[in-house]
Amino acid sequence: MNFGTQFKEGLLTNNPVLVQLLGLCSTMAISTSFFNGIGMGIAVTIILTLSNIIIAAIRHLVPDKIRIAMFIVVIAGFVTAVDLLLQAFVPLLSKSLGVFIPLIVVNCIILGRAEAFSSKNGVLASAADGICQGIGYTAVLLIMSVIREFLGAGTFGGGILGPGGIFDGGALGDGKGIQILPAEYPMGLLTLPVGGFLMLACLIAAMQWMLNRPKKESVKSADNKQDNNKDKEAAKV
Amino acid sequence: MSAQLVKLAVITVGAILSNNFIFSQFLGICPFMGVSKKIDTATGMGFAVIFVMGLASAITWLVYKFILIPLNLKYMQTVAFILVIAALVQFIEMFLQKSLPALYTALGVYLPLITTNCAVLGVALLNIQEDYNFIESVVYGVTGGVGFLLAIVLLASIREKLVFADYPKAFDGFPIALVSAGLMALAFMGFSGLSIWK
Repeated sequence: MNFGTQFKEGLLTNNPVLVQLLGLCSTMAISTSFFNGIGMGIAVTIILTLSNIIIAAIRHLVPDKIRIAMFIVVIAGFVTAVDLLLQAFVPLLSKSLGVFIPLIVVNCIILGRAEAFSSKNGVLASAADGICQGIGYTAVLLIMSVIREFLGAGTFGGGILGPGGIFDGGALGDGKGIQILPAEYPMGLLTLPVGGFLMLACLIAAMQWMLNRPKKESVKSADNKQDNNKDKEAAKV
Repeated sequence: MSAQLVKLAVITVGAILSNNFIFSQFLGICPFMGVSKKIDTATGMGFAVIFVMGLASAITWLVYKFILIPLNLKYMQTVAFILVIAALVQFIEMFLQKSLPALYTALGVYLPLITTNCAVLGVALLNIQEDYNFIESVVYGVTGGVGFLLAIVLLASIREKLVFADYPKAFDGFPIALVSAGLMALAFMGFSGLSIWK
């Protein structure tokens, strides 16, 4: 398996959120501003890549029966490290993500990839898988947070750009975002929990429509469908 | 004493209605969406979650207070809590299998899933963050579980009716369940007026 295929899988055909339906809690909870989305995406990508590397490296040493517990310890170690680093260097991000940073431990994407990929593949392939799946997760977070922020508050790049942002001499996380829609008009509904549910539903529906569209090479689309169903079953279990 | 009771009542109403774990805190969405196809499985999962969340809040609180604080290991709370929860779930599973086989057959399949339920780790972390005492932590854990049960049973009863609904084919399965959950979240927002109690 080469990097190109893995990248395409992570971003589209086997996207962790939209196709494998993993890690939904954090996706919906924190995608309210650009800054939160990109911060969470990068944090998860780093943790996923590092834990994939370590798990792939120790995969022959771990007895089969206690592998889940071992994976969780490895993941929890990296999550604690990232949590402490964020508290020290990007305190505002740490504050706005709150309890969802320690909760990366139980983010199904990381344990799911450990179980499905890195416990069966080599270190390099696992590292590539971590990066690709992480990018897929980050892409979904960015789409969700940009749309929710734009429609919900009328701004773009909240936390990073705009008045008080990094280009205005402020600290990371202080920016108010660039106001595009006038502040009186946006529908605040989208920044509320209900907006998260509806937005994610639309994205997954769009993904299902795309993957199940009849293609010219019928073999390929049948393959996709099968993969799709398999992943869904995995998500159910 | 009465101030304590009022605080417990506030925690209860918050955890079940106005600050529901699923609809306003986004904790435990994966099992909420995954196991809500039928009402009876949803009920089973809900009761298993109440049970584990109550026990986990009690034990993680004790671990934090009597092990992590004296040893000055507060920063290890995430690692410690997830290990305690994983061990606790395993232990409950074995205990039920041996001594309460009837309950085990009812809850058994859901128990392993609960280790990675973020509501359980979430409630443990929130108890510490909110600085709750032991009784408040247990009450928050149990009532949080009750809120989860309420949400998952309501969603399951909606999803059973969805067979008769007419919606675009692309929304089949997961997305339409998310839309239903979103509308339920909107309804639950109505309870947020109760937060004046805080």
